[in-house]
Amino acid sequence: METLEQIRDRIAAKFGAGTVTLITNPGPSAQHSLLLVAHAARDIARFLHDDPALRLDYCSNATGVDWPDKEIVETVKTTQPDPAGGPDKVVETKIKRVQPGCLEAVYHLYSIALKSAAPVIIRMRTANRTDDVTLPSLTPVWRSCEFQEREIYDLYGIVFTGHPDLRRILMWDEFKDHPMRKDYTGPDDYEWEPTPHGEVLERAKAHYPTPPASTSPKGEM
Amino acid sequence: MNNFSTPSVPKTTSAPETGCPVSPFTFHTSPFAGPSSASGATVRAVNDEFHGDLLEISLGPHHPSTHGVFRMNASLDGEIVTKLKPVFGYLHRNHEKLGETNSYLANVPYTDRLDYLASLTNNWAYVHAVEKLAGITPTERCEYLRVILGELGRIINHVCLVGFLLNDLGTSFTPLLYSLRERERMLDLLEELTGARMMYNFFRFGGLRTDVPADWLARLKHYLEGLFARYMDEQDALLTGNEILLARTQGTGILKPGLAISAGITGPGLRASGVDYDIRKVDKYSIYDRFDFRVPLGEHGDTYDRYMMRMLEMRESVKIILQAMRDLPDGPVNDPKAKSRGLRPKAGEAYGRIECPKGELGFYLISDGTPNPYRYRVRPPSFINLTVLEDMCVGGTLADAIITLGSIDIVLGEVDR
Repeated sequence: METLEQIRDRIAAKFGAGTVTLITNPGPSAQHSLLLVAHAARDIARFLHDDPALRLDYCSNATGVDWPDKEIVETVKTTQPDPAGGPDKVVETKIKRVQPGCLEAVYHLYSIALKSAAPVIIRMRTANRTDDVTLPSLTPVWRSCEFQEREIYDLYGIVFTGHPDLRRILMWDEFKDHPMRKDYTGPDDYEWEPTPHGEVLERAKAHYPTPPASTSPKGEM
Repeated sequence: MNNFSTPSVPKTTSAPETGCPVSPFTFHTSPFAGPSSASGATVRAVNDEFHGDLLEISLGPHHPSTHGVFRMNASLDGEIVTKLKPVFGYLHRNHEKLGETNSYLANVPYTDRLDYLASLTNNWAYVHAVEKLAGITPTERCEYLRVILGELGRIINHVCLVGFLLNDLGTSFTPLLYSLRERERMLDLLEELTGARMMYNFFRFGGLRTDVPADWLARLKHYLEGLFARYMDEQDALLTGNEILLARTQGTGILKPGLAISAGITGPGLRASGVDYDIRKVDKYSIYDRFDFRVPLGEHGDTYDRYMMRMLEMRESVKIILQAMRDLPDGPVNDPKAKSRGLRPKAGEAYGRIECPKGELGFYLISDGTPNPYRYRVRPPSFINLTVLEDMCVGGTLADAIITLGSIDIVLGEVDR
């Protein structure tokens, strides 16, 4: 089995240098992964599937990960000359920057033909978390992604282009949000709450229809 | 070779190219594969005497044959299934989101609730993934005890499956009752050991919750060599060559090896199609390279082969348990330095998988250095094995669809999570 660096180099040679990046995993498991550019991902996946040295014919696990926008605070030290003529002062300024978030799809690939024991992990990232959340579906390459990509779509909201049947799978069809996202908050107007009370009642009040302006006489139903 | 095929039993029905039993009537393939008229109605063979519209029925969610709250939206042409869409999610409680809010240790009892017929292997898969994530090595004695318990879990699962499969066939209750009787005996043993009949919560990172006493092992051995061996022979004599079982299961629900690999089918369902892939042999996780056992392989990928896989695997599991008991070393079962409570693995990710009775059960964990996992993903075998349910059922009769579903072996706690 080739190392991940070799696989990366072969992909870069075949599909262009910018299409693949190696992501190292600092943990003890040392399962590193390849980040693929979305527009070339399906071709690369087909290459991984068909290549006689790799033959990654089995996509074991496909899943999503949510990376919300992250605020990073960096402290920068600068030296400023003292106007009074004393020694230079060291001034610390804190710079806030927002690392844009993304949604990620992760695939764990094995080879049944070659009986590989270590997974080859590929991942793809969406441009952002709000309006550009499409990724190419890998179901045409590995059928086992069919239900799993539906699940990612359902729970994370990644839209897979080229998926034969992209519908919700675990939540019901009318459900609106994507509950596995980190910023998901549960609805506060549970339909199944027969007698709202306490906190639930307070939160549910926002959803009550506004009473009509014309008031009916008292005592009338 | 470590493998052997199922004993050749004469086929009572021949399996033609379409992968379906011989029907006295003209046979339709899926309307999606065949030509259709402009109006959308299926073009029928000329000599078909059963003209009529397709009947759409919804099987389940509350139907005993669907093994839980599972629904199949089927289109029927007479008795032949032309389309079948599985619908599930009724038992969904967002297990993965719950996992992100719990500490690593607190997730162990939650994993019991995934595949509640074989909880021991669920514990094991999760613990295995966390050990990979945190770099923990289990103790030697613990590895042996895990193998014993894991294989016992496999036997319990397969015993149930064989019983329920026969129930799906309509052999009202007798084989199921025999199976449940044996399951009950094993659950009694496990209850004595762990305190619970089904939700064991017994595995810990780098060890087990408690040590396993020697007399318990002796009683398990006595049981497996005595009553259980008798049950296996009894069940084989009653079922394996049974004419009705052969007639109903051979040549139905055929799964081709190419499709099985592409669709990520794992476990006995994959091996019944003749693909030699057992994670115990491939990954050699834990200490499975030290035991002498064989991986049964099927030939045709039909329901009968899937049934036989379970019967043969149970015998292999008994062999593994007896070998592990023979070689069981003394020593601590828990590494005193290993930390379970308040575990904070270094930032990183890990995917750990084991061969659970239903296939490959994997856990994908991402740690950000906090006591809770950043991402906790279950790779459920039942869920992914359902991917090709439609391909296996289309073209067969509705009654065959029921036993095909039964032979895939799903547990809805794991499908819906």
